[in-house]
Amino acid sequence: MARIYANGVIAEDTWRPLHGDEVAAHGDLVNVPLDRWLALSRADQSRTGVTLAAHEAGESDLARLARAPLVVITLPAFTDGRAYSVARTLRERHHYTGDLRASGDVLLDQIPLLERCGFTSFAIKHGPTLDALSRGHIPAIATSYQRATLARHLSIRPTLTGHEEPRA
Amino acid sequence: MYRYDDYDHAFVRSRSDQFRDQVKRRLAGELTEEQFRPLRLQNGLYLQLHAYMLRLAIPYGVLSARQLRAIAVIARRYDRGYGHLTTRQNIQFNWIKLEDAPDILDRLADVEMHAIQTSGNCIRNVTSDPYAGVAADEIEDPRVWAEALRQWSSVHPEFLFLPRKFKIAITGALEDRAAVLFHDIGIRIVKRRGGATGFAILVGGGQGRTPYIAQELRGFLEQRHLLSYLEAVLRVYNLHGRRDNKYKARIKILVNALGIDEFRRQVEAEWDRLDKASIDLPEAERARIASHFAPPALAAKPLRSEAVARRRADDKAFDAFFRNNTTAHRVAGHRIVTIALKAPGAVPGDVTATQMDVVADLAERYSAREVRITYTQNFVLPHAALDDLPAIYDTLVANGLASNNAGLITDIIACPGLDYCDLANARSIPIAQSVSKLFASPERVAEIGALRLNISGCINACGHHHSGNIGILGVDKKGTEHYQITLGGSPSDDASIGTLLGPSLPAEDVPAAIEAIVDVYLAMRRDAGEDFVAFYRRVGAAPFKARVYSGSAAETTRALETASTGG
Repeated sequence: MARIYANGVIAEDTWRPLHGDEVAAHGDLVNVPLDRWLALSRADQSRTGVTLAAHEAGESDLARLARAPLVVITLPAFTDGRAYSVARTLRERHHYTGDLRASGDVLLDQIPLLERCGFTSFAIKHGPTLDALSRGHIPAIATSYQRATLARHLSIRPTLTGHEEPRA
Repeated sequence: MYRYDDYDHAFVRSRSDQFRDQVKRRLAGELTEEQFRPLRLQNGLYLQLHAYMLRLAIPYGVLSARQLRAIAVIARRYDRGYGHLTTRQNIQFNWIKLEDAPDILDRLADVEMHAIQTSGNCIRNVTSDPYAGVAADEIEDPRVWAEALRQWSSVHPEFLFLPRKFKIAITGALEDRAAVLFHDIGIRIVKRRGGATGFAILVGGGQGRTPYIAQELRGFLEQRHLLSYLEAVLRVYNLHGRRDNKYKARIKILVNALGIDEFRRQVEAEWDRLDKASIDLPEAERARIASHFAPPALAAKPLRSEAVARRRADDKAFDAFFRNNTTAHRVAGHRIVTIALKAPGAVPGDVTATQMDVVADLAERYSAREVRITYTQNFVLPHAALDDLPAIYDTLVANGLASNNAGLITDIIACPGLDYCDLANARSIPIAQSVSKLFASPERVAEIGALRLNISGCINACGHHHSGNIGILGVDKKGTEHYQITLGGSPSDDASIGTLLGPSLPAEDVPAAIEAIVDVYLAMRRDAGEDFVAFYRRVGAAPFKARVYSGSAAETTRALETASTGG
């Protein structure tokens, strides 16, 4: 069973995936597959999470996903980089502000990279990854060369921000 | 050349620490080999037949004397006293222990170097013209943008798990010395009427089992938009490149499946909607990088050197060295010198630690402390004064580095092949050695003239056989090493992919076949001005076929093959 890593803390999942014809009780936090989510009313969409694979969502779907409270992108393998591009598109183009979660094959070394592309929570099954996170061990690099994906804890060269003049 | 500031130092140190931790977790069993593999590849560490191979990044092939000395120290201490120059202008070590790799990366960091993204399914080390900044035919120095690309692509979080590897080359000269048409993205600096310089962007070139020549994606891109435009290309590729079959995963396959027009439409649509200002290089940062590439202060000197003229008249070998291994420099009285690692019988691109130190000494003394590496696996001293050439040459002779055959048939490109590589079907090195011995006579080689001969040990084409005027490809034939020969390939402006001459040959027949091919060319070319590719395009394969497959051993092979394939 996956546990959720978010904001530096490991916790149980507060969202419950709905399977088959199962219906949510009033007030339940649930997430559903993309096709089911797309069929919901606008009001239901804004209180229901959605789970998808990176290749499933077309551009128009991504625009709609921006109103979901939780978007879960499943990585079929940690080497499949499509989720990174989808995440940036969702955040930067469609201004998604909710929780963006990576699930599936999520391992320690990819977490800092996923964060920089806009992921905010991680559903993790891999034991050594959970152990490392619980010790606060995150193998991130301290500086960045890409300001478009700059995370808060990273430093960047002032001239790369576009606001500084070079030193003479 | 570019020097690290605090940000670059912090980045490389941090990356090195990260890798040390990854190795520790691998050795502790927290990572399986499958989970560790992409991590080590992103740091240039391969597992080969006998040991780990570590490929150092030499960004766009530019090295300082100090860096080369540090590499020599690594060769002595962690390898077997030598290294190998690669076709991506890098240096690799073939006998590395996993537990030593983090220490090596720390030593590299000490001299502003790393091994980041020299392997793996990510953006690889950017390559460029080895004569950048000194060539007489240059529009603009490509190193400024090559360095910007190095930084932008380093641990770019979106593009570390692409469908397959991604190679970028950039040139700023009229003559293409970086084979940009054989890259996933090739960039040419072009000048528009009116004087503004920008980039022509080419996409979808590559070698491997499906060779393609790159097609034009955009004829003119404003310089300031380079990073956002490439980000659009990479995103389209990352989302839509095939991931079901690694042999069809390169961008060339996507470009050709969609067609260049549809691919361009998708890229432009993506680019239109990117927040370019958050991605593109700010002018202040471009200026900061460019300030590192100010040319060294070389005083213009007389165009004619008495010392060189006298030595050329007296010493045939020096004269050949001058003609083949030196090229026009943009400052009068200077030459660009190629140090070819292609002595008869040598392993192409192999260099001992002692030789590295010698080259570093020469660079320090005679070439503004700078060295380059070419994709043809040679060193270059970019700033040699004419008057110093005899002294440079004498030092090279004394250290087994004076091969005067740059650009000739024995200036062979070869991959490490089955001697090292677990992907290979056949050995490359012994073939290179036998061909180079066959053409050991300087007179013969001079008569043949410029000719590119490339050898790959398998269809992955690391030895660029597709773009060799003569290409040799190792194949496995019922458990024995055989070699196919392709003719007519060219890496430069008239880029073409060589065509297969006929059935593969056993190793022992390859030298005779190459000799036969050269004999046909020499006997039938119009004159010495008709180069091999022009000749091949004029006469076609027939005369070569007739000659190569009429020899007794080869004929036997062919007869056997015909019999074994039932027709």
